[in-house]
Amino acid sequence: MIAPGTEPGLWQTARALAARDLQLVWRRRGDALQPVLFAVLVVVLFALAMGRDPQRLAGSAVAVLWLAVLLAGQLALDSLFRADAEDGSLEQWLLAPVPLAWLVLVRITMHWLTTAVPLIVASPLLAEMLHLPHDQLPMLLASLLLGTPLLSLIGGLVAALTVGIRRSGILVALLSLPLYVPVLVFGAGSVAASARDQDPYGALLMLGAGLVLALVLAPLATAAAIRLSLN
Amino acid sequence: MQSIVRWFHLLGSPPVFDRFARRGSRLFYLAALPVLALGLWQALFVVPADYQQGDSFRILFVHVPSAWMSLFVFALMALYAAIALVWKIKVCEVLAMACAPIGAGFTLVTLLTGSIWGRPMWGTWWDWDPRLTTELILLFLYFGVIGLYMAIEERRSAARAAGLLAIVGVALLPVIRYSVDWWGSLHQGQTIRLFGPTTLDASMQLPLWLMVIGTKLWFAGSLLAKARADNLQREAGKDWVQRALGEAP
Repeated sequence: MIAPGTEPGLWQTARALAARDLQLVWRRRGDALQPVLFAVLVVVLFALAMGRDPQRLAGSAVAVLWLAVLLAGQLALDSLFRADAEDGSLEQWLLAPVPLAWLVLVRITMHWLTTAVPLIVASPLLAEMLHLPHDQLPMLLASLLLGTPLLSLIGGLVAALTVGIRRSGILVALLSLPLYVPVLVFGAGSVAASARDQDPYGALLMLGAGLVLALVLAPLATAAAIRLSLN
Repeated sequence: MQSIVRWFHLLGSPPVFDRFARRGSRLFYLAALPVLALGLWQALFVVPADYQQGDSFRILFVHVPSAWMSLFVFALMALYAAIALVWKIKVCEVLAMACAPIGAGFTLVTLLTGSIWGRPMWGTWWDWDPRLTTELILLFLYFGVIGLYMAIEERRSAARAAGLLAIVGVALLPVIRYSVDWWGSLHQGQTIRLFGPTTLDASMQLPLWLMVIGTKLWFAGSLLAKARADNLQREAGKDWVQRALGEAP
């Protein structure tokens, strides 16, 4: 029981939750590398399936990289709320004196930092493996930087909706991939546009607008989904 | 006025809804059949062939109403889901979930008829055009709602979770609606307008409107029939179901 007047503030809870999440990731640092390894494997498999022709690989490099990042992020969604739902800490979130949406936003941010940022860091390496022309790399990184938080926010909603379901692997994919389509279209589209010497900023601006909208709305919807899943 | 409000509130009770849905679905089906039959007859035999497309445009009399319904049903599903989430009305949960398979059916019909029409007209069964792609995503959203509803054991929380997904999915509807205006699309632009001039030939308008009204009526009948079945299934253990089926005294 927290005495009245001593409730922790927003920043205090955010710091505590962030520190806990980072500590948990640090203690299991092997797991944190898995999305990157998965993305590398997707790229390797794709390169092997496409054949060794550098020209063809370069032509589809953006699509493959975006898909690898998207799929790796989608597989990482399961760890977003599952452990907390199982040990009951998610129920403590409901009782916390700060808005649930705020905790959700902090959690999704930490999840993005620990699963998507390593992917973005690794993407120049993956781009090199696929012979992506170097002048497209900055645009690829920009589109990933804007796109992956959006993917995490949308995915967070799906993860919250399915947190009460035991074997939800395929279902999470079925629910999240259609919602990912616009992000993929604009993200990969911006790089493709810059490769054709067209203006790529329209697609980037759409991604940015989507990100702003999702930053405001997605935590609220995710909080509602957690409430629905837990009762 | 007072009695209408009272009747509306009573409709939220499963036994009253059951009686209403039984009568209503029959009524709507009966009304839909002649309208659809007249519309189809007009569309297939009365309307003259198009000067460019020949007879193949006639499939549009099925395609266009289904396409409208695919969007309308999704919006209606989200509306029911929102009502169910806010006011916790059980019947609205049932209605929202009954919308999903019907809407998926309309979306499938839209995609199939469009693709059959596209083969002779565009020379391809499928193209990754914005409107076609967004309609396909709509189908997957319907499947997602149905899948989530099936996956959760407890019926009420299943309906609420799937309903929330439907509400989120509404963000896609304007994108589908305006995709032909926003991006250069293979799909033709809007020719029929409620407000402003319609560029569709007058001879084609009557059968099209008949088909639109017919599908709406048919949908209402189908929705009530499906919702009634789901409602009965949920309430299977209750006395009134036994009585309504004539099994208990």
